[in-house]
Amino acid sequence: MSEVVITDPRYASAGKPSGRLLEVEDLRVEFRTRDGVAKVINGVTYHVNAGETLAVLGESGSGKSVTAQAIMGILDTPPGFVTGGQIRFHGDDMLKMSAEQRRRIRGNGIAMVFQDALSALNPVFTVGFQIAEQFRVRQGLSRGDAKKRAIEMLDQVKIPHARQRVNEYPHQFSGGMRQRVMIAMSLALDPEVLIADEPTTALDVTVQAQIMDLLGELQRERQMGLILITHDLGVVADVADRIAVMYAGRIVEEATVYELYAKPAHPYTIGLLQSIPRLDEKGQELRTIKGLPPNLMRIPSGCPFHPRCPMRVDDICIPNVPPLLQIGATRASACHFAEDLVNRD
Amino acid sequence: MGRYVLRRLLQLIPVFFGTTFLIYYLVWAVPGDPFAGKCGERPCPQSYVDFMTEKFNLDKPIIVQYGTYMKNLLQGDFGQTFGGRQISDLIADAYPNTIKLAIVALVIEAVIGLTAGVITGLRRNGFLDNLVLVSTLFMIALPIFVLGFLLQKWLGVDLGIVKPTVSNPPSIGELIMPGFVLGSASMAYIARLARTSIAENRRSDYVRTAIAKGLPMKRVVGVHLLRNSLIPVVTYLGTDLGALMGGAIVTEGIFNINGIGRQVYRAIVTKEGATVVSIVVILVLVYLISNLLVDLLYAALDPRIRYE
Amino acid sequence: MSEPMPPSLVTSPPTTEPTVGNALEADAQEKKSRDKPRGLLGDAWRDLRRKPLFWISAALILLFVLMAAMPFLFTSASPSEGVLARSRVSPSADAWFGYDVQGRDVYARVIYGARASIVVSLASTFGTVLFGGMMGVIAGYRGGWLDGLVSRLGEVFSGIPFVLGAIVILFTFNGPGTNRGPWAIMAIVVVSLVILTWPVSMRIMRSSVLAVRDADYIVAARAMGAGPGRIIFKHLIPNCLAPLLVYSTILIGSFVGAEATLSFLGVGLRTPVVSWGIMINEAQNYIRVSPFLLFFPSAFLVTAVLAFVMLGEAVREALDPKLR
Repeated sequence: MSEVVITDPRYASAGKPSGRLLEVEDLRVEFRTRDGVAKVINGVTYHVNAGETLAVLGESGSGKSVTAQAIMGILDTPPGFVTGGQIRFHGDDMLKMSAEQRRRIRGNGIAMVFQDALSALNPVFTVGFQIAEQFRVRQGLSRGDAKKRAIEMLDQVKIPHARQRVNEYPHQFSGGMRQRVMIAMSLALDPEVLIADEPTTALDVTVQAQIMDLLGELQRERQMGLILITHDLGVVADVADRIAVMYAGRIVEEATVYELYAKPAHPYTIGLLQSIPRLDEKGQELRTIKGLPPNLMRIPSGCPFHPRCPMRVDDICIPNVPPLLQIGATRASACHFAEDLVNRD
Repeated sequence: MGRYVLRRLLQLIPVFFGTTFLIYYLVWAVPGDPFAGKCGERPCPQSYVDFMTEKFNLDKPIIVQYGTYMKNLLQGDFGQTFGGRQISDLIADAYPNTIKLAIVALVIEAVIGLTAGVITGLRRNGFLDNLVLVSTLFMIALPIFVLGFLLQKWLGVDLGIVKPTVSNPPSIGELIMPGFVLGSASMAYIARLARTSIAENRRSDYVRTAIAKGLPMKRVVGVHLLRNSLIPVVTYLGTDLGALMGGAIVTEGIFNINGIGRQVYRAIVTKEGATVVSIVVILVLVYLISNLLVDLLYAALDPRIRYE
Repeated sequence: MSEPMPPSLVTSPPTTEPTVGNALEADAQEKKSRDKPRGLLGDAWRDLRRKPLFWISAALILLFVLMAAMPFLFTSASPSEGVLARSRVSPSADAWFGYDVQGRDVYARVIYGARASIVVSLASTFGTVLFGGMMGVIAGYRGGWLDGLVSRLGEVFSGIPFVLGAIVILFTFNGPGTNRGPWAIMAIVVVSLVILTWPVSMRIMRSSVLAVRDADYIVAARAMGAGPGRIIFKHLIPNCLAPLLVYSTILIGSFVGAEATLSFLGVGLRTPVVSWGIMINEAQNYIRVSPFLLFFPSAFLVTAVLAFVMLGEAVREALDPKLR
């Protein structure tokens, strides 16, 4: 690397080959605790381009949020350590950047919406302060101008009476409104990539839809890359372009939404899809995936899903780790029998 | 808010009267002849006893005495010492010194305690953290009079850096060592309070949000982390001001400071009942009001708290 | 396998356990269910055992308790027999800590002085915790006007500055001119310490009772017809004890200091009782010429307080679920 100081990554890396906006490649993260080392991320690879929505799907503990934290550079260290891989933004590996370079990317390059807005917003400052702060610190705006911009942001996320509410504290907002504030805050510096970490999990069902619609709308308007982290297959269908399914710190399947729903290429995905309650199967018992997610301190040998897999072939699945292989133009799977799954009828 | 303050003030009234009556009762009604030892070796002349008894209502039931005393007190009349000196003068002489001492102690404990607490809260389990933890344990374990003597001997007598005792009225500079002694235990508490609070909040979601917003670390810590972590520390400091003023007896004794603590101790030893009660009444009042102010301060610092 | 944590004298390894994600929590649960079930106290004990701080303080406390119970094990000299000829003789091989103004053996006196400190502080702590805790249970469980009364009463007593209140009480009941035996004096000191500090125990107990009072298992016990006595002693108190226990360990230490302070001021214990506070009081006029007279009792006093404060610290870390 040369000594070039990257002031704005949008321009600094123009002309780099891959052309992908944000790429994670073979990322590895472990948590070193008193009780042992947990390998939380074991070689995650995914990417997102401008104007595209990638949904990252998985149970809790699959590593989807930790990947996001590693991208943002907000892993709790210790215990969390990135032990390998690359996170490239406009082609530049962020893991090799100085702390200051990474900081400059946060907010206006990549921004994040957190799950629980109540704890993610600082309780002792007004929402206006917390949004305006970014304009003041990052863009050098005056107090008055920054506040005007903050009100505009609240307007954009459709918070009524923005002019008055800008002076209120987070606890004075309802759950849905608070998540809108969170979104307004993350979009303030007009990021190229937005990571939304289970943005609707803490909300009522009716409000969930509104927030998802809002996110989708803003993403289209701004042509952002959106990484939507969720454990809810229902949320994904309408919004996402592509889906990456995570299990035990790995991507086990990646496909377009249509492909994934029509013909899942990994037994875990099949299990997830089957566990959605369906109207046409009313009265039948809900199908679930047997067993528990693996202990990340003792990940099973071979395919980490093998203990729970209904299609397991012991000789193949227990000794061999299935790599994530391309099985079509737009899809990949980490199952030894991916081809069979796709080709069966 | 206004209603809350009013309700709290109303609650203060029984507490105020309860506490002062308790002290009044202990000082005047429980055994003993108030004139014992007042007139040198011999018993006091009857004329003097009669005069004083009438003046202070000592022959009436205790509750009447207390009532009369309080009535006078509320009109600003604290009464006189046996020697005929106005107690209000005595207090006016001594009180500023105690306030000065308490404020010096408060500033010292806040500055040192906070610095130590914030630094160790941010870098836990390092050498400095353990050093600070061990020293706070020592500070808490050292009784004021031991620390006072040790510093007086070491800094004052052996090294001669500071004067072992202070002049009257004392200058701020002279009060630094006594203030340090007086505030030592609180300093340790503040350091630990700040450390715990910082360490807890450091992992909080909103700090993570602030980092994710791309704010410089200086601002994340200086604005978001500190503002939240200081709430318990500031409220502790508030309560402590009241406690410092009442707890200065030993410190003022060791360093020979003419403050309220030394006056009250002398009054207890010489059985100057009126003086004891007057000073205690003032201290109780200061304590109660400072506690009320702390509650209000708490609401001002943390917008989530709203008193009804 | 695990990342070695920096050894720490004072704290256990990081008290805020990192959140590793739900998989690890599930893992922890799985692990727990494999181990034998443990109560809060069992957990605390397991935690305590690993702390050097706990062992150091426990050893010191044991030493002081031994001194208090059997001082003759440590010295054959008499703490009260003075030979004026050896007044303020400096420490030597004969008398390690020297002789005081009245020619008494300072080493013997600091050894015998442990008894007053230990007895007074343990008794006062016991009294405060018992009385304050009881008031707290009553206030918290019954609520209503009784709660109001107890709470106001607590405020009345905590409104008096501690040292000042103790001086007033002790001067009234234990002033110059009164002549009581050593045990009577100790009792008076204990009672005044209890009177002035019970409100804190009361408040701690009251708030934990309030937090637990409407818990499901209490409601269930009531629904099954358990009487108030059974509910309070069987369900309420065991679940509310931890915070008070933590407070009381630290309290012992501060009572050792308080006793010494009051004795130093001349209103606490008095000769013939031997106490570190009295020794320091007697030594203060000789700071310049015989500093050892001040040094030895101070060192013992500080070590004793420190031992209890450290123990309290260790217990607090082990018992406080928030710090786990």
